[in-house]
Amino acid sequence: MRRLFPILVIFTGVLLSYAMSIALLPVVHIGGITLIGAPTEQTMGSVQRIFYYHVPSAWTAFILFFINLGASVYYLIKRCATADIVALVTAEVGVVFCTVVLVTGPIWARPVWGIWWTWDMRLTSTLVLWLIYVSYLFLRKFSSSGQTPLLAAALAVLGALCVPFVYFSIWFFRTQHPQPVMGGGGSIDPRMLHVLLVNWLAFSCFAFLVCWSRFRLEKVQREVDEAHAMRSLLDDPSAAARSMR
Amino acid sequence: MTDNAPVITVHNLIKQFGRFAALRGVTAEFAGGKFYAILGDNGAGKTTLLRTLAGLNEPSSGQVEILGSRRFREICREVGYMAHPSLLYDEMSGVENLAYFAQLYGIEAPGRGAEVIAAVGLDATLTRPVGQYSQGMRQRMSLARALLNDPKILLLDEPFSNVDLRSAREMVRLLAGLKDQGKTIFVVTHQASLLEGAVDEFVWMAAGKIVGRTRELTPPEPVA
Amino acid sequence: MSGAAEGQKGAKQGVARGITRATLLKDLRLEWRSKDAINSMLFFSLLVVVVFSFSFDPSAEESRQIAGGLIWVAFLFAAVVALNQTWARELRNQVLDAYRVSPAPPNSLFMAKVLGNFIFVAVLEALMTPLFIIFYRLRAIGPAWQLLLVAAFGTWALVVNGTFFAAMSIRTRSREIMLPLLLFPISIPAILAMVQATAGILTGEYSARFWIVLLATYDLVFTTGCLLLFETVLNAE
Repeated sequence: MRRLFPILVIFTGVLLSYAMSIALLPVVHIGGITLIGAPTEQTMGSVQRIFYYHVPSAWTAFILFFINLGASVYYLIKRCATADIVALVTAEVGVVFCTVVLVTGPIWARPVWGIWWTWDMRLTSTLVLWLIYVSYLFLRKFSSSGQTPLLAAALAVLGALCVPFVYFSIWFFRTQHPQPVMGGGGSIDPRMLHVLLVNWLAFSCFAFLVCWSRFRLEKVQREVDEAHAMRSLLDDPSAAARSMR
Repeated sequence: MTDNAPVITVHNLIKQFGRFAALRGVTAEFAGGKFYAILGDNGAGKTTLLRTLAGLNEPSSGQVEILGSRRFREICREVGYMAHPSLLYDEMSGVENLAYFAQLYGIEAPGRGAEVIAAVGLDATLTRPVGQYSQGMRQRMSLARALLNDPKILLLDEPFSNVDLRSAREMVRLLAGLKDQGKTIFVVTHQASLLEGAVDEFVWMAAGKIVGRTRELTPPEPVA
Repeated sequence: MSGAAEGQKGAKQGVARGITRATLLKDLRLEWRSKDAINSMLFFSLLVVVVFSFSFDPSAEESRQIAGGLIWVAFLFAAVVALNQTWARELRNQVLDAYRVSPAPPNSLFMAKVLGNFIFVAVLEALMTPLFIIFYRLRAIGPAWQLLLVAAFGTWALVVNGTFFAAMSIRTRSREIMLPLLLFPISIPAILAMVQATAGILTGEYSARFWIVLLATYDLVFTTGCLLLFETVLNAE
């Protein structure tokens, strides 16, 4: 597994730079060869290109939150420490990607809609989702070590239960967002779709890579804590009590 | 009486709070119908041991078996627990408190509260809220709460702290009487001398371990 | 045989209900003697009403649009005061431990707390709503009886999650701050529904039916979820 890590780093690096550059470049023809970039959108112009980062980030964040839910449920059933680390890691990285969505959204909205922020359905529900998972991270930070995993898992389950309600309520509240790209009935240039999917793959790989390193870090951190605890089991207690201070 | 089957078996019990281990591998058997005093310095793990026996702490590792069961909820009716804080509502009178806790145990008899209050030597007709009791009275009311469900095993954390000498002696006599009825009693205390004569065994704890068990109130030889 | 099992199950439920009732009565009695929660809630929501009235003209016609939001925000903040009190009462003298060593089911305690808080917040609403009506000159153009449904479902939504997260936050450091941090994000759909329903009824511009159904579903889902998870949270030492 460890040996795979550098390979994944290189693979992700290459893929990500490729994906991000084809998202920025127009379609170029040199000779008879088509160097695939993304065609410039007719009405929005180049600003539309941010959508190749915006949408994959959103998808990645949703997948991570989904994994978080799965890991939390698994933890509640099996009390398995690894599941808890997975839940923690996916929530953290998911919040980062969700932040990217919330930042790139307004950057796109300003020139296109003429406003930085609008309380439309997808922006608002993503914001609420972000708030729920930030509160999850707060809970993890503020509860003392022994009970954190249990409480966090319970919150994750309730937070996930909340998601359909967020979606429905805000859907009824207002809808101004462009139709979803996939399955929304809107047509998309296949070349754009290609760039989008490549970007999604790259973002997912990147997210996986970050999660993996964070997972290893957390695991080592817990092993260190465990070692401290074991030492306090063996040492004379006054020394252990001193190290606590 | 002498070779009773163990009512509590503890095996390699470890309890960690974060990086600190409060119990560092406790293994012991306690026979039924006996009176045990658990002694040790502050931070020796006495209270943690008692709370773990009372099912309030999940052990980090190791096992607790009480009356043949490893699941505390199955035998919780047979255990009475008295903590250092009173476990009583300050704004209610003693009888009101006990009436509420009796309902938690499904005790129907209306006189049960008054009965245990009289048993610990308090006046059941007192309508003052518990918050206005003296410390000693509150301790005794707390003991009454632990006795409410007529438990086979009593876990008492510092029952004599702030109780005047005469009342404490009375409480010891009461506990000795309960032992004679076949109950197993554990008392965590710093006033061991009060218990001389009544106690069957002194259990000495230090640094999260049981370091010795003696019949007399003489500390065991320090283990190297 | 199944009849016997069912009878046993019925008896168990009867015991659980009895304990819920006993705990609820005990809480009401404690609150009646101290009046901590209800007094601080009342004063707090009064403050909110007064402070809000400085930020816009309360008698203007547009204020009808935002009054729905305002009322619920005032009640939400006031409810947090009561919710923090619920478990604080059980932590004094660690009485919660006495419950935990008893054979009483954890969910009975939870339901008693939820019902107790529901009563407290309902009393608060009953006392404060007339004041709102006077201060902001409100009158409903839509069907006013629906406001009762909105109030009942909305209050339940706040209180069931609030009681759960208050129980969760007593297991953390700085517990008083933790409760709103946990409660508000998850309550957003419920708050949105309450505010929208109230505004719809007050202005008479649209039907509140969708929002009331949404609230009822929300209540159902979260009551179930909280009941399933409460024992875990209670025993997280």
